[in-house]
Amino acid sequence: MFTSPRRFTSVVAMVGLVSLGLAACGGTTKESTSSQAPAAPAQTSATADPNAPIKEGLKVAFLPKQINNPYLTILDKAGIDAAAEYKGTAKEVGPSDASASSQVSYINTLIQQQQDAILISANDANAVCGPLNQARAKGIKVVSYDSDASKDCRDLFINQASSEDVGRSEVKMLADMIDHKGEIAVLSATANATNQNTWIEFMKDELTKPEYKDMKLVKVAYGDDDDQKSFQETQGLLQAYPNLKGIIAPTTVGIAAAARYVSGSKYKGKIVVTGLGTPNQMREFVKNGTVEKFALWNPKDLGYLASYAAASLVSGRITGAEGEKFTAGKLGEFTIGKDAEVILGPPFTFDANNIDDFDF
Amino acid sequence: MAADVTAANSARAPLSRFLRWDILVGVLLVLVFAGGAIGSPEFANAGNLSFALGDLGEIALIALAMTLLVVAAEVDLSVASVLGLSSALVGHLWDAGWAIETIIPLVVVVGAVCGLVNGLLVTRLGLPSLAVTIGTLALYRGLAQVVLGDRAIAEFPQSYVNLAVNNVPGTPIPYPVALFAVLAVITAVTLHATGFGRALFAIGAQVEAAHFAGIRVKRIKLILFVVSGIVAAFAGVVYTLRYGSARADNGSGLELAVIAAVLLGGVDFDGGKGTLGGVIAGVLLIGLLRNLLMLNDVSTEIQSVVTGLLLVISVITPRLVAVARQRRRAPSPVMPTTPTP
Repeated sequence: MFTSPRRFTSVVAMVGLVSLGLAACGGTTKESTSSQAPAAPAQTSATADPNAPIKEGLKVAFLPKQINNPYLTILDKAGIDAAAEYKGTAKEVGPSDASASSQVSYINTLIQQQQDAILISANDANAVCGPLNQARAKGIKVVSYDSDASKDCRDLFINQASSEDVGRSEVKMLADMIDHKGEIAVLSATANATNQNTWIEFMKDELTKPEYKDMKLVKVAYGDDDDQKSFQETQGLLQAYPNLKGIIAPTTVGIAAAARYVSGSKYKGKIVVTGLGTPNQMREFVKNGTVEKFALWNPKDLGYLASYAAASLVSGRITGAEGEKFTAGKLGEFTIGKDAEVILGPPFTFDANNIDDFDF
Repeated sequence: MAADVTAANSARAPLSRFLRWDILVGVLLVLVFAGGAIGSPEFANAGNLSFALGDLGEIALIALAMTLLVVAAEVDLSVASVLGLSSALVGHLWDAGWAIETIIPLVVVVGAVCGLVNGLLVTRLGLPSLAVTIGTLALYRGLAQVVLGDRAIAEFPQSYVNLAVNNVPGTPIPYPVALFAVLAVITAVTLHATGFGRALFAIGAQVEAAHFAGIRVKRIKLILFVVSGIVAAFAGVVYTLRYGSARADNGSGLELAVIAAVLLGGVDFDGGKGTLGGVIAGVLLIGLLRNLLMLNDVSTEIQSVVTGLLLVISVITPRLVAVARQRRRAPSPVMPTTPTP
């Protein structure tokens, strides 16, 4: 292309100069376009008919962040089983890596296959937006679950649990195990972790209620979601507060580290450890009696609910407007909340009786 | 007897010309397309083809520059990282309130600098490009993460997003693919019909001979690396706008898809051989085959197996053909010594 090196160098220099020149004058900036309305297809015109039956033979596709993610596999399988209940056909397709762009070509494929609904756990809330809106423009219903897509490009989001439920239920669960009496501590992730801080605020608020008057939160420690640090922080808590009765670790790393420390120490059986964990991490500690119960959401229910929500949208029983209600098979009735969100419900409690039903 | 041999040779010559790998890839492409059009109702419609072509845009653009490099017996593995750095910069500067008209030329210049660094290390220090660009692959991706961290920047101006997503009016061809078509013609002419192109083949075939023939080997290689950086950075802009999301990990692993397409297209990794037409057929073949497999719900693992096999075959077959030809040629001088009855 450039036969003379000098000419080539000058072209590069010119591009540089032009860019500097453009920097001086104005152009399309974030501020000048911030008032732009997103081009989402208008679908609010339809009205819901709560009594419409779920159509038979619906084609529904689950698009997880990546295939072979054990947690999402459980979700999708439950969703596919739910589709069999309402006499639809469902399948799971997806990329092998969870990069931002990897789901996009799958969305195109599902559009071409004229699926009735796409259920997506988004890797990137925005990267999937354009193709999802193309799907919606073709009449395909889009439901996000587990990880939301931007709210302009999906019809519903099935949220696993509300922050308030998570925070308050942790306190209730611990209070039941220590008879509403004694000093307690929280072992969190990092000091600025958004999720954990929101939950801890609700825990503190719950603790102001009269039934918890004999319980005292003495310390919030931060294990930084690092196994070793969480382990050491647990050790520090138990040494600093000899009267400590219980620890809430609202993070899967923290609860496993705390349980491991307590399990191998003289505190085993004297200190209650609970919080948010996954069955595979916690199985050992539940079986050896260190941990009686802990919480998370039930992924099977989440997949099941998402599947029914999609079928209800396609069948016209709901449109995604706030306040609409629908029945999700054996799980009962759900109400659509703000921003077209449906919340699965309070967190699910795992204990020795049910932990072997789960593998994730 | 002698006349027989020449007749046989001249009869074989046009046949072996048709047996060139790049033509085989072209034929395979036609077969896949025809098979898809007949077998899958969802395949050969404008919507799907437009998407499948658009999805190839960045790979196709980068493959043009990569072809020139590989013909000259060099390679640039840092292209996907340059793309990621470009994407991260676009996101960071856009978020900081810069005008997109400033950002685009700026990141292209950054891409040129990335390519210049690669080129200088290869030509001035005499290092192998494979080693250099494995290093800068990590370096540029690292810089992208420094720039943007784990943030994701979205909401780019709609007019520019449209340019990356929409089709040229009246056709199923997205704008980036149309740009690719124009650049492909320019690259094809440069490679196959100019002195510069002949110089690339000469460098790739025999670098010392090229040097003694007066070709400025180092200067030309430096230019190729800079062009590769520029194209990769521009592809980063297209990628960012097309997905509407700037992230530091955008396009990771894309360099392998590009090199796969170039090899599949019949460019010899040792340099000196190859055609741009073959590369374009290679890019399209990989893209359309993947699209077709996906439409038929073939799992990701099997998709990888199919494209992997295709690549292995594309590397093995030309070698086997060369060996077979040598064997066929070898006994011919012996033939006259065999007594004729």
